[in-house]
Amino acid sequence: MSDKYTYDAIVVGSGISGGWAAKELTEKGLKVLMLERGKNIEHVKDYINAHKGPWEYPHHGRPTREMVEQEPVLRRDYPLNERTWGTWTSHQDSPYEEKQRFDWYRSYNVGGRSLLWGRQSYRLNEEDFLANAKEGVAVDWPIRYEDLADWYSYVEKFAGISGAKDGLDVLPDGDFLPPMALNVVEKDIAARIKKAYGGQRHLIIGRTAHLTESRPEQNRVQCQYRSRCWLGCPFGSYFSTQSATLPAAMATGNLTLRPFSIVKELIYDKDSQRVTGVEVLDAETNQTYVFKSKIVFLNASTLNSTWVLMNSARDVWDNGLGSSSGELGHNLMDHHFQVGATGLVDGYEDKYTYGRRPTGFYIPRFVNWGDDKRDYLRGFGYQGRAFREGVYRDNSDMGIGAQLKEAITEPGPWKIGANAFGEVLPDHRNKVYLNNEVKDKWGLPVLEFDATIRDNELKMRKDMASEMAAMLEASGVKNVVAYDSEYALGMGIHEMGTARMGRDPKTSVLNAHNQVWDAPNVFVTDGAAMTSASCVNPSLTYMALTARAADFAVEELKRGNI
Amino acid sequence: MNRRELLKMIAAATGASLIGADAMAYVELPDATPLEKTSFSKKDYLLWEAICDTIIPRTDTPGAVDAGTPAFTLRFIHDCYRADQLSLFKRGLVDIEQQSQRQYGMAFTKLAEQQRYQMLSALNDMANATNSNKTAEKGLWQVVEEKGLPPYFTMMKQVTLFGFFTSEVGATQVLRYVSIPGSYDGNYPYNKGDKVWAPEY
Repeated sequence: MSDKYTYDAIVVGSGISGGWAAKELTEKGLKVLMLERGKNIEHVKDYINAHKGPWEYPHHGRPTREMVEQEPVLRRDYPLNERTWGTWTSHQDSPYEEKQRFDWYRSYNVGGRSLLWGRQSYRLNEEDFLANAKEGVAVDWPIRYEDLADWYSYVEKFAGISGAKDGLDVLPDGDFLPPMALNVVEKDIAARIKKAYGGQRHLIIGRTAHLTESRPEQNRVQCQYRSRCWLGCPFGSYFSTQSATLPAAMATGNLTLRPFSIVKELIYDKDSQRVTGVEVLDAETNQTYVFKSKIVFLNASTLNSTWVLMNSARDVWDNGLGSSSGELGHNLMDHHFQVGATGLVDGYEDKYTYGRRPTGFYIPRFVNWGDDKRDYLRGFGYQGRAFREGVYRDNSDMGIGAQLKEAITEPGPWKIGANAFGEVLPDHRNKVYLNNEVKDKWGLPVLEFDATIRDNELKMRKDMASEMAAMLEASGVKNVVAYDSEYALGMGIHEMGTARMGRDPKTSVLNAHNQVWDAPNVFVTDGAAMTSASCVNPSLTYMALTARAADFAVEELKRGNI
Repeated sequence: MNRRELLKMIAAATGASLIGADAMAYVELPDATPLEKTSFSKKDYLLWEAICDTIIPRTDTPGAVDAGTPAFTLRFIHDCYRADQLSLFKRGLVDIEQQSQRQYGMAFTKLAEQQRYQMLSALNDMANATNSNKTAEKGLWQVVEEKGLPPYFTMMKQVTLFGFFTSEVGATQVLRYVSIPGSYDGNYPYNKGDKVWAPEY
């Protein structure tokens, strides 16, 4: 076997966590092969839509019927549009089965969903790591907040997270860049909420992975407030693989990136109980290749990392590598949302906003926190914004003609709205498994989903709507409307679990260092590892887990343990 | 790192074919169906142009016709509307022409500006009365949504506004459009008459 097929480490996937694994491992001197199943997207050069106005898209950005008919999943939400067409993965090539509806939005490209993420970046809190054990839910996390705190700082400093230090236990402060700003209405509503709830509830500026100070050393410019992030940022302002981790990994000279490389399986050696490498199917040529390495980092995104495990070592375990616990593929989670409240804010007619701020406000969890007790477990946070209505507003009282044109081209009243993101409990019944009857474009078995939100989430949703309505009303907001719209698991695009961390190989797939119990030279550090979901956006935690595991892996290699 | 160095580090050694030779992630999409290839006739176009012109006329700023909205919206409707939405739109065109013949004894395109305005204003009022449920009407901004059908005039009005305000003329000459704001001001002064920021899509 020649050198070009042998590496110190293989990283499967190039999204948020894969980028971090590649950066950390190459910077520690390992020769790394990063495999990406999709095509390359070159930073800046390939962001071909980044400077387009709406009129430069054939249908001004909206999807055609042809797109709608071709994409039965993407059509369920915003991913189906002309602006990002080609980045979200097509169901035609990569289908999956739904015993129960599951919205799975993927991006099979270099950079993965790091180019398409919402960029909200929050630390889990101390309670998040304790709740399972305290409440007897699922299994205990094998780590605590203290195990991750320094790693959060480490990744925050490099990624660049803008945010205010709010001093709240429920939402630990990090190493932030200067925060973005609340607008004039949000500031006033924040003050009214604080007053109405005796300082127990907080409306703060979102913490977001955007530079608010330029970093010439990273070739990244501070946010230009275009809010066209999903088109790729030509300024490198927000954190993505392309803007941040990939250039760092490339700069070491230790990285090889191979796109169009579908990892079919990990090659498991029964005698050593180690993985010796991976088998890759070239997505363009259908040729297979074997690449060898001492360690493998699985960062293929939650469900594809689990898919790779399920499709590996099936001669030893029917349900694949890591299935000895009976938990591989189980405890699938997301954040449930599409529920909250909106209202009209009187006044501020002489105020407007300038710039398209790529974040909103955040209201951290307050239920089941401190003395607050509810008839369900865990909690939720809100993400929202106040804004003056634009041309897409109710125009029924404006008539037509010059009168309509005059009225609708001036901003409308201020509105405020917030959408709750709630924790989904880990539940063994929420599962995903291989369907060997249905094959994708490459003849590989697909995943089948059998998961749903249950009683705890449904009870929580009532509060998610009513608490926001109550806060708006307590703040003097008019015409308050609470809503609970259609939500299916997966729609939050925060899939988590299915290869959880734990303390016992009998009940978990990974140990406290994200090593697969059954093959300790395999590390899974994306959302699959999550033992519980918290209610905060998860990507920052994947970054911290990955950096921590990479550090451990290199130490273990040095010690000769793996 | 320059592009050549980057490509060198990408894969060449591992048997991968040349990276991204013709594959793009953000796709350059084909143009909308040309007007002559849609099912709309020249007559349909002229009628629709007169309707758009009445909904968003030229004032001290350009109107829908100046912005090319009639042609864009017909192509949009052809490519993006569901079959039932498309046929409702067409029934609307027929209905407007018939009403014009009934009320004024001539084609809509031949009516005086004031007559067109009166006719469409009445249709607008009727449509609003039907849309008493305002949340249903807001859903119309998403024309591809699987929702029930509104009165045809509501559909015509919304698609005209959408096409106009996302056009280059509408966005940059009628509204305010800034591609790269560079900063954010959440306490920005507003004076009566200042225009709204153009929508991004």
